[in-house]
Amino acid sequence: MSLKNSNLVQAWLVLLLATLFGTALAGIQAKLGPVIEANKVKETMAKIPVLVLGEDLSAELAADNQSLTIKSRVIDVKKNGITKFYTVYDVWLPEGKMVGHVVKADGQGYADKIELLVGLDAQGKHITGLFVLDQKETPGLGAKIMEDAWRGQFKEKSTEKTLSVVKGGGAKEDEIDAISGATISSRSVTGIVNTTVANVASQLQVTDNPASNSKTPAVQTEDPGKNKEHS
Amino acid sequence: MADQPTATERFVQGILPENPVYRQLLGLCATLAVTNGMKPALTMAVCVAFVLVCANVVISLIRNLLKPHLRIVVFTLTIATFVTVADRVLAAYMFQMSKTLGPYIPLIIVNCLIICRCEVCASKQNVVIAAADALGQSIGFGLALASIAAIREILGTGMLMGFRVLPSFWPDWVIMVLPPGAFITLGLLLGLVNYIDFKREQTRN
Repeated sequence: MSLKNSNLVQAWLVLLLATLFGTALAGIQAKLGPVIEANKVKETMAKIPVLVLGEDLSAELAADNQSLTIKSRVIDVKKNGITKFYTVYDVWLPEGKMVGHVVKADGQGYADKIELLVGLDAQGKHITGLFVLDQKETPGLGAKIMEDAWRGQFKEKSTEKTLSVVKGGGAKEDEIDAISGATISSRSVTGIVNTTVANVASQLQVTDNPASNSKTPAVQTEDPGKNKEHS
Repeated sequence: MADQPTATERFVQGILPENPVYRQLLGLCATLAVTNGMKPALTMAVCVAFVLVCANVVISLIRNLLKPHLRIVVFTLTIATFVTVADRVLAAYMFQMSKTLGPYIPLIIVNCLIICRCEVCASKQNVVIAAADALGQSIGFGLALASIAAIREILGTGMLMGFRVLPSFWPDWVIMVLPPGAFITLGLLLGLVNYIDFKREQTRN
């Protein structure tokens, strides 16, 4: 085979373009990545009151011009030799009483990674809310995990039992109705919630005031930049 | 060889005579999916315009280097690059809109309008003609999306871009902002465009 007919020589333009475009995209990601992450943190902070207190109470709080004290920390869970990190936001009422926690969790969905925020009460005994930060599930089917009607089912579920997904409606306690046509997406989200609850709930403690809150044993690192963030 | 249209002719043709949606029936996935509101429709139109113009210009610049059997790979590579740029910029500076549009921005990669223009025009013409062609097609695509979105949003919610345009006793036709509304509106508008064309053809003869 002569050099001119070799596949590599024929494809030189494709290879060159792939390298050029790849480099350009890496540059763009390096520049915009932090901005996108900041957007996600901002959205997380805005969602925390609703996830912990519910729509009504958080609206009341906002009307009174009061804000919750939110402090983030990272918990690491070692399981089967793999360490998984969770960002946990501890939430206190303005008067200093702890009301709950919000855990950022992710896992594989049907199409791509799903990022969730799971709200838990102060003792970690019940789920207080669920929000989907990022997903790329099938529009019109799996993407319904974003809708209030579906993710609202997780509210007030106990964290003591694992949640299971049932098809065709009629979910009982510790059961979640699957979205019709999107059982995999429903199972993925429920699975992520179960894993997160199993890994994190036992490590949540009621602590009083963030000001007097010295380090609890579970605290590994603190992000000083986020300590002062209020919703 | 027959007369090739000039840059201006190509630009004008893309807007109405060869409108991508109404005449060529290209890019219908995006057309049906994001036209439930004016804002997502316009954002989509701008993103498609960006990708189309950039891809057309790049392909036109390298057209003499293209190997016939590898051209589709190069088209897809170029388009995917610009789509990723659009997707990242949107996520960074229009975060909520990027969440609303979700996977439809990455799906611009498979919008056949763009690869069609690369194949039909950009890979054979010089940069000026390719750019004019892309601009014309982009405007045509934008107009088509805007027309469908306007009808669906007004009938479905009584509002347009957040302003009330129909009196408040209007019973919102919710179906118009749901997927069936997209098919109904597109179908009726396609029929209307064809009818007008037919009439004009008749009067000319």
